[in-house]
Amino acid sequence: MDKLVPTEEETMLGDAARGFLDQAAPVSHLRGLRDAGQTADPALWREMAQMGWTGIVVPDSAGGANMGLSAACVLGRELGRTLVTSPFISTAVIAATALKQVADDRANDALAQIASGDVTYALAVDEGNKFNPLSTDLEAKRDGNGFRLTGRKTFVVDGSQADRLLVLANTGDGLTLFDLPADRAGVTRTATPMIDSRDAAQITFDDVAATGDDVLGTVDDAMTVLQPALEAGQAVLAAEMSGVAAGAMAMTVGYLKERKQFGIEIGRFQALQHRAAHLWCEAEVTASAILNAGRALDRDPAQATLAVSLAKARATATVQLAVQEGVQMHGGIGMTDAFDMGFYMKRARVAAEWLGDYGYHARKVAELREF
Amino acid sequence: MTQFDTDPVRFRSQIRDWLDQNCPNEMRDNDGGEATICWGGRNWNFTSEAQKTWLTRAAQAGLTVPTWPTVYGGAGLSRDQEKIYLEERNRIRARSPLESFGIWMLGPALLQFGTEDQKLEYLPPIARGEVRWCQGYSEPGAGSDLANVQTKGEDKGDHWLINGQKIWTSYADKADMIFALVRTDREAPKHKGISFILIDMRNDGVSTRPIQLISGASPFCETFFDDVKTPIGNVVGTVNRGWDVAKYLLTHEREMISSGAGGLTAGGRAFGAILSNEVGGFDDPILVADAMRAEVDALAIDLTIERYKDMAESGQGTGDASAMLKYMGTEMNKRRHELMMSAGGSDALAWADGRAPDWLRTKANSIEGGTSEVMLSILSKRVLGLPG
Repeated sequence: MDKLVPTEEETMLGDAARGFLDQAAPVSHLRGLRDAGQTADPALWREMAQMGWTGIVVPDSAGGANMGLSAACVLGRELGRTLVTSPFISTAVIAATALKQVADDRANDALAQIASGDVTYALAVDEGNKFNPLSTDLEAKRDGNGFRLTGRKTFVVDGSQADRLLVLANTGDGLTLFDLPADRAGVTRTATPMIDSRDAAQITFDDVAATGDDVLGTVDDAMTVLQPALEAGQAVLAAEMSGVAAGAMAMTVGYLKERKQFGIEIGRFQALQHRAAHLWCEAEVTASAILNAGRALDRDPAQATLAVSLAKARATATVQLAVQEGVQMHGGIGMTDAFDMGFYMKRARVAAEWLGDYGYHARKVAELREF
Repeated sequence: MTQFDTDPVRFRSQIRDWLDQNCPNEMRDNDGGEATICWGGRNWNFTSEAQKTWLTRAAQAGLTVPTWPTVYGGAGLSRDQEKIYLEERNRIRARSPLESFGIWMLGPALLQFGTEDQKLEYLPPIARGEVRWCQGYSEPGAGSDLANVQTKGEDKGDHWLINGQKIWTSYADKADMIFALVRTDREAPKHKGISFILIDMRNDGVSTRPIQLISGASPFCETFFDDVKTPIGNVVGTVNRGWDVAKYLLTHEREMISSGAGGLTAGGRAFGAILSNEVGGFDDPILVADAMRAEVDALAIDLTIERYKDMAESGQGTGDASAMLKYMGTEMNKRRHELMMSAGGSDALAWADGRAPDWLRTKANSIEGGTSEVMLSILSKRVLGLPG
């Protein structure tokens, strides 16, 4: 039986990641990028590649670390703690997991390029303001041996900078997943300035040519490849959110111990103690759901939907509580841009929405639990 | 005595066969609530022949206390094996053969602090369901401030002379024995003058008075000690260090109470299934949404109980963090029963329906064994390190 405790290897990975990120990418790093009008740090991505993070789920044969999704969740959590900006989930988790489902020569080459840090990916699924892959309308019209893609994608996370795009399209007979270079003729990308200061784009496809080779997996059977990739992404995103919650909570608890009003530390007031303790309890329960999701994905990805949606739903609720309590318990200073709590609140809101919000995942849980 | 296989796969098939052959069909209805519990004890009236058969067979196999050593009446199972046993038991919806405060509380305390003689004397009768214990902790002036107990124990050489009053003693009127916190040193600081003493309820001077609760039931009692004598050796652990035992036990109690909520997804039913039994339940979007949220939370709390067991087993102490399980588990259980009442509508309001007493009973969950607020205070100080 898989234990719901981190393995020694996972603990070491997390400690090493924390050590590196505290130096290389504390929250001030995000602030610096934002102030400079940037949404990515290619140098940081290269360092992450050198440490093996970009290949965390890539097989050994393609130069990866092949540590699995529980390990990716460990990294996700550490990346969340200091709000690290990187295409880790889009590329190293979602694209890598999708490519692993295919495992032909071309996919293996792509996996090797992910592991080496040479290629980044973005996932272009959303078309409306809510995540709902099954209602994809972007048209893939058959044209000889290939397709012509026409339509619009929105909230493509990491989409304005990525080298390649995974595009979900509708042939009229079913959904098909395409793996295209982002500079293919007819693809127009417009960066959207987002509240979390990270990369997201609107992308239009105007009669974009795609060949059969550009199809990832089988035509009209996108979900065989995409569902495991989405669930991997959702689990690691949940882990990132738990890190965001932990970062916000650590700041808040630290503040309660220092800030004085009425001549004493405000952490002596039971009203605040109980709010902080309740938040800790929620985070602790969510941590179990995330650990379980990683274990479920590594054990049997075909049976992991409940575990993954449970983790994403719980992580969403917990991180939103953590940032709201964070601002409230900091008082006025929590509202200022000069203070970091606002970054946590904004990232929490974007992460809550990406790859399915609370309602989407709670409904999945309900469907799978006799509702 | 059944010999159990240590290989998990073979153990599962072995326990499956054992359950198949030994659990009477009438005992395969594990969500019958309070009325279906077998508490055991000298005066226990079995509700059916099947209940008696089930207890006898389970006790013979050591499965009333699966993880206790066989010499004390257990089956000597590991936590992993216990998990498999419970999964298999829940799979056929078998009732627990025996529940008791002896199993949940005194047993773990004796295993940790008892002498070998005490273990051999008290544990096997607990495992067989022959002696029913109750817990004498709270007093009128010692609720959340438990260490303020005033029940007095005087050292009379060969016995303790006990005088005082306990309250909220669950099932004291039905119990054979009580383990009580007694002040044995009035001069010492309040945590350092308490002993953990075992007293036979048949002794002269012990009397009980049931307290009628809002649920209509009277599971809690006032318990009075009026010049009660108990042997001097009936102290668990060191004299005047009973608070250590009490604290250890409270941790167990917290885990036990929280697993009341935990059991609901593994052994019990999903919220959706509860709602689907109710005509119109699924027509109310607010009720459905509340149930979905509750389902998400209950599943995650279950996983947390499992994770904490895994942590304890791998040697990572959870200590004060178990207050989290108690807090989250009991609040969840209250939520569950609120939803069941909402789903039941006016049907659930009739006393005879049975849901209302269970619902009302759950309101004590976040009070007994330390209130939710006490749990939050413990966590804020000992886990978060907040001052005061």
